[in-house]
Amino acid sequence: MSEWWTYRLSDFLLFSPRTYYRLFELYNAEVWPLHGLALGVGLALLVLAARQRSVWTVRAACALLAACWLWVAWAFHLQRFASINWAATWFAGAFAAEGLLLLLGVVLPRQQFGRAGKPRALIGWGLLVFALTVQPWVGVPWGRPLSQAEVFGLAPDPTALATLGLLLLHGPAIAAGPGIMWLAWPIPVGWCLISGATLWSMHAADAWVMPLGAALAMLAAARRHAAPEPDHVQGNTRHAEPP
Amino acid sequence: MPDTPPTAPNRRAVLKALSALVPSLAWAPVARAQAGVATRPIPSSGEALPVVGLGSWITFNVGNDRPARDACAEVMRAFFAAGGRLIDSSPMYGSAQSVIGHGLARIGGKAPVFAADKVWISSGASGPAQIEASRRHWNVPRFDLLQVHNLLAWEEHLSTLLAMKAAGQLRYVGITTSEGRRHREIEAVMRSRPIDFVQISYNLLDREVEQRILPLAQERRIAVIVNRPFRQGDLLRDLQRHPLPAWAAEIDCDGWAQFALKFIVSHPAVTCAIPATSSVAHVRQNLGAARGRLPDVAMRKRMAEHVAAL
Repeated sequence: MSEWWTYRLSDFLLFSPRTYYRLFELYNAEVWPLHGLALGVGLALLVLAARQRSVWTVRAACALLAACWLWVAWAFHLQRFASINWAATWFAGAFAAEGLLLLLGVVLPRQQFGRAGKPRALIGWGLLVFALTVQPWVGVPWGRPLSQAEVFGLAPDPTALATLGLLLLHGPAIAAGPGIMWLAWPIPVGWCLISGATLWSMHAADAWVMPLGAALAMLAAARRHAAPEPDHVQGNTRHAEPP
Repeated sequence: MPDTPPTAPNRRAVLKALSALVPSLAWAPVARAQAGVATRPIPSSGEALPVVGLGSWITFNVGNDRPARDACAEVMRAFFAAGGRLIDSSPMYGSAQSVIGHGLARIGGKAPVFAADKVWISSGASGPAQIEASRRHWNVPRFDLLQVHNLLAWEEHLSTLLAMKAAGQLRYVGITTSEGRRHREIEAVMRSRPIDFVQISYNLLDREVEQRILPLAQERRIAVIVNRPFRQGDLLRDLQRHPLPAWAAEIDCDGWAQFALKFIVSHPAVTCAIPATSSVAHVRQNLGAARGRLPDVAMRKRMAEHVAAL
């Protein structure tokens, strides 16, 4: 792209806010009643995050998250968002890649895990609970009807934020060992920025939500490098070590 | 896709001949179509084109939303009913091409559309396949005008388009840019290639093209399509905070949109402006800019100074 510096964010916006939000409205109507299943998955992730870490809780969390990312890649990005945004094909690829990366958390032969320290856990829980319970309503004060709600497991934004929360909560477990699960961070963080930029270009009042969530998650994750957290031995696994 | 013959050819021919002899006549009133809509001739053919067209950037990219697609079809119906012809799109505009095809199908075979699209792909070899995909979206026998979008791979695509024109598969060939980008290259293409159209951004505030591009288009007898006439709506949003000056009635403006469009289409080098809208009321208002009196040189100066001072 020549003269790239002359482009503004709005030059890349291909659709109107009305069209974008209608996309969620139509999507919600078409996939109903999958919202119940998505809610069940969200509750299961909360329970898994609250339990003592073990190989199986981490694997179950990774499996559920992976399913959500793969679903969003196919059902939202490829089947719907791509109809108004040609870049959504790339987003679908990225979301599918994230799903596959999370599946590594299921199939890796040896898991290491620990418990997140207090600040990290606080932000992790905050992001997870926000994504599951608050984010679907976040547009309501600015006039968006609930029929356009973005629901965890079905829509990309709450799925990405919840994933960052879970990566923080399970982070010592997921990130340790071969270290490969750090690869699970860039795609949700990148999506937070893309979504924020899209909403900002549309002058949406809640454009700050996703970038702020990503910033908090990264700050909490970075803190771990400065102050290694206490780990807890569980089952036949060993402590997580700071990378 | 009908090839509508130019209206009043004798008068246009006379005006053209006179304007060549007397430069000031280039500012004379443009020709009027039967419906009272002002037209300008495409220099390379003399075919008359209404001075207000219809863009599809953002507004027609509504995906698979059936009510929204139908609403766009109604915008197109109102556009044609008000005397409009040229609709412009691009493979870059998401679902806009298929929405236009949906609208044409709903309106039926009588739509007097002048189908203008673009080729936008980095591989020259992939251009023909993309053009064919675009044609299927529109569901027209052929395009009237194909343009190389934002000069992407322009040398390869221009060769393809010129070959299509020579083979009778296309009527006009053009290039596009927006927001003032790559004007030096645009000028170079205008000077060196036998293009029929150039598409650029031009409005009450973005007037750089008045210096070189528009005079060059007149010199090279290239038709000019103007995009971003309202700066993607930002210009109108700003202007609507102020009252329309009373003297706008002297050029039959009923609002800021017509004020902005009349300024653009009154430039003698401009063939057509392509505001985009998803509103039937707005498309009618936009076509209204092609009716009534147009500003002369002194009025254009007054309009630009007034807006710059707001």
